[in-house]
Amino acid sequence: MDLDLSEEQRLLKDGVERLMREHYSFEDRRKYRTEKLGFSEAMWTRYAELGLLGLPFPEVYGGLGAGPVETMIVMEAFGKALILEPYFATIVLTGGILRHGANEAQKSKLVPAIAEGRMKLAFAYAEPQSRYDLFDVETRAKSDGEGWVLNGTKGLVLHGDVADRIIVSARTAGGAREKDGIGLFLVEANAPGLMRRAYPTQDGLRAAEIKLQNVRVAASDVIGNPAGAFPIISRVADEAVAALCAEAVGCFAEMHAITLAYMKTRKQFGAAIGSFQVLQHRAVDMFVELEQSRSMAMFATMMAGESDATERMRAISAAKSQIGQSSKALGRQAIQLHGGIGMTMEYSIGHYFKHVTMIDTSLGDTEHHLRRLALLGGLFGEQAIQR
Amino acid sequence: MDLNFTADELAFRDEVRAFCRSAIPADIREKLIAGRHPSKDDKVRWTRILAQKGWAVPHWPVEYGGTGWTPVQQYIFGEEVSQTPAPEPAGSGINLVGPVIYNFGNEAQKKYFLPRIVNVDDWWCEGFSEPGAGSDLASLKTRALRNGEHYIVNGQKIWTSLAQYSNWIFCLVRTDPDAKKQRGISFLLIDLTSPGVTVRPIQLFDGYPEVCEVFFDDVRVPGGNLVGEENRGWDYAKFVLGNGRVTIACVGRSKERIRRVKELAACTRVGGERLIDRTDFRKKIAAVEVQLKALEMTQLRVLANQSKLEKGAQDPASSILKIKGSEIQQATAELLMDVVGPYALPYQSEEELQRGEPSIDPDWAGPIAPAYFNGRKVPIYSGSDEIQKNIIAKVVLGL
Repeated sequence: MDLDLSEEQRLLKDGVERLMREHYSFEDRRKYRTEKLGFSEAMWTRYAELGLLGLPFPEVYGGLGAGPVETMIVMEAFGKALILEPYFATIVLTGGILRHGANEAQKSKLVPAIAEGRMKLAFAYAEPQSRYDLFDVETRAKSDGEGWVLNGTKGLVLHGDVADRIIVSARTAGGAREKDGIGLFLVEANAPGLMRRAYPTQDGLRAAEIKLQNVRVAASDVIGNPAGAFPIISRVADEAVAALCAEAVGCFAEMHAITLAYMKTRKQFGAAIGSFQVLQHRAVDMFVELEQSRSMAMFATMMAGESDATERMRAISAAKSQIGQSSKALGRQAIQLHGGIGMTMEYSIGHYFKHVTMIDTSLGDTEHHLRRLALLGGLFGEQAIQR
Repeated sequence: MDLNFTADELAFRDEVRAFCRSAIPADIREKLIAGRHPSKDDKVRWTRILAQKGWAVPHWPVEYGGTGWTPVQQYIFGEEVSQTPAPEPAGSGINLVGPVIYNFGNEAQKKYFLPRIVNVDDWWCEGFSEPGAGSDLASLKTRALRNGEHYIVNGQKIWTSLAQYSNWIFCLVRTDPDAKKQRGISFLLIDLTSPGVTVRPIQLFDGYPEVCEVFFDDVRVPGGNLVGEENRGWDYAKFVLGNGRVTIACVGRSKERIRRVKELAACTRVGGERLIDRTDFRKKIAAVEVQLKALEMTQLRVLANQSKLEKGAQDPASSILKIKGSEIQQATAELLMDVVGPYALPYQSEEELQRGEPSIDPDWAGPIAPAYFNGRKVPIYSGSDEIQKNIIAKVVLGL
């Protein structure tokens, strides 16, 4: 057991943190949001230059071959800065599908373009009725001999508005909520029959609802087994949750720091409000949530690559429910301790609050993951349950 | 970063596990599984078994009987002991006063006391709190007046855990009443069999006489029993309170409790199904497990970081171990209350059970409500949660 970062990991951390310090103040972020795509293309290029866009991909395809710990480091730094770019959607989530599901030809075509910053991807896994069940897929894919024809509606496609290509989960066999019979299809964003309705998200990012009407996909653009892709989706979702946990911890750390700074400067009744015991104890409550969340994000990171799917799911669900719970507990205090200024659009704290709230509703909220953990027997002493 | 134990660590875990399982006397193990308090004799027996093996004081320096284990090995050992389950090695001597003696005591004190602590020839208790000095510990009034070769001690301590079992007490006493309150305090080792000492147990509301009042009436204490320098006792007290932090989270004990909750809920039927098969109850357990896992990871982070800190410095994350640990210990006691339901009601005293009176069925139900009641103490002792928060606010957050 070893909880330390390696020398290379430390350098990566320093590098990303420096980039954020120099180019991602809250003021910078405000400007980036007004750009055409809703984020900074210049920053995207910088990420590519630093190798961040190739981070988790194998070196043969132009990546850095890094693992979950490196992703944790980057996502935490991005969480602190509250970045707008589609790193999570393109690199972590859709990149995960490519890493675990794509064949050699697909990877050598797509990964270099992604790593160099020339191509953005999105993953369309959700549907209006599916909530957090990744296997609840009604979009259909029918074989027409040469390729596949897709019909259906995908929702909440994070950064689906700017993606050059979209990976779509669609059913090739089986009933609406069966885990078997799901395939993954790589679709050109401008394919005939694909309609996108783009919109801003609550937390300042962009997403799209996507309709597919007889969209044709070549056989060479099917990722993995067209009737057996669910294990890939499930595994990628777990890895992505670990990354979201790290991002949330970055947000929490910043929310705590911003709140402490405010408590030390804001004066009422002739004293800094941080001198009042009732408020000090709230700041400590935030600190406890932050440290517990950090511990669980590390746990999720270390278990993200676990090959025993049950153990992995238990760990990931435990971490996600901790993060969701903390986003409410820590977020509530962060706003309350600021008072009126914390309620304004102009001030940063509310933007962090919105983002961690949306992280809670991504890929399963607290309730969803607590239930999954409970049904898997929990974390300790599950053999005591057996009949 | 790697959460997996190395092959060596796994082999070590297996060795510790096999030893604990085979060496723990069956009667002690059964008592602990049932949630009852181990007696003094139980604790002494177990600590001596460990001492025989050379494992009574793993965290001490090797020269005084420590094992030289890495932090990870110490962690594994603690986990295995609490999950056996076996009692914690005899508490205050090994965990509190021993480290004070080998860090600040003189050679004579080290030579005399340390081997006796390892073999539990002495049973120690902590004399810090007084009726007028609880959270405001530095306002303590017990007076030690130097008179030639001796101190003459007068005053009263309270909330002294298990003093009725003890033959030695380590006390904070006031040696300079004129100095600023923290500066006039000394750290004194007192033989409880000395003339003028009266120990009066206090029954807690669960029925267990776990703490005592200790009265000192012109008690003569040899000057050689002063630890370190006169009037520096507050520094040593802070060391004692800081030293306890890593084990204070009681992660292993809470894990064992959760295992017990599941075991009992699997043989408890509610509305025609097993309680453990109710999703809402499982979710309630899972919510506690999540917090416990987070605490375990926090504790591991603190342990892993320990070797990198300067001597005496404290990891900021360690300050949350007690607060979160008490919350979780109470939550596991509440889960057991959920399981036992209406059969929380019957009360049987420890004496009654020791006399061999048959227990009221189900026999596992009896200790559950008392454990829930007794668990109220956790956020109060060793610096209440509110005091902990004051300290974190000041020291860690700079407020």
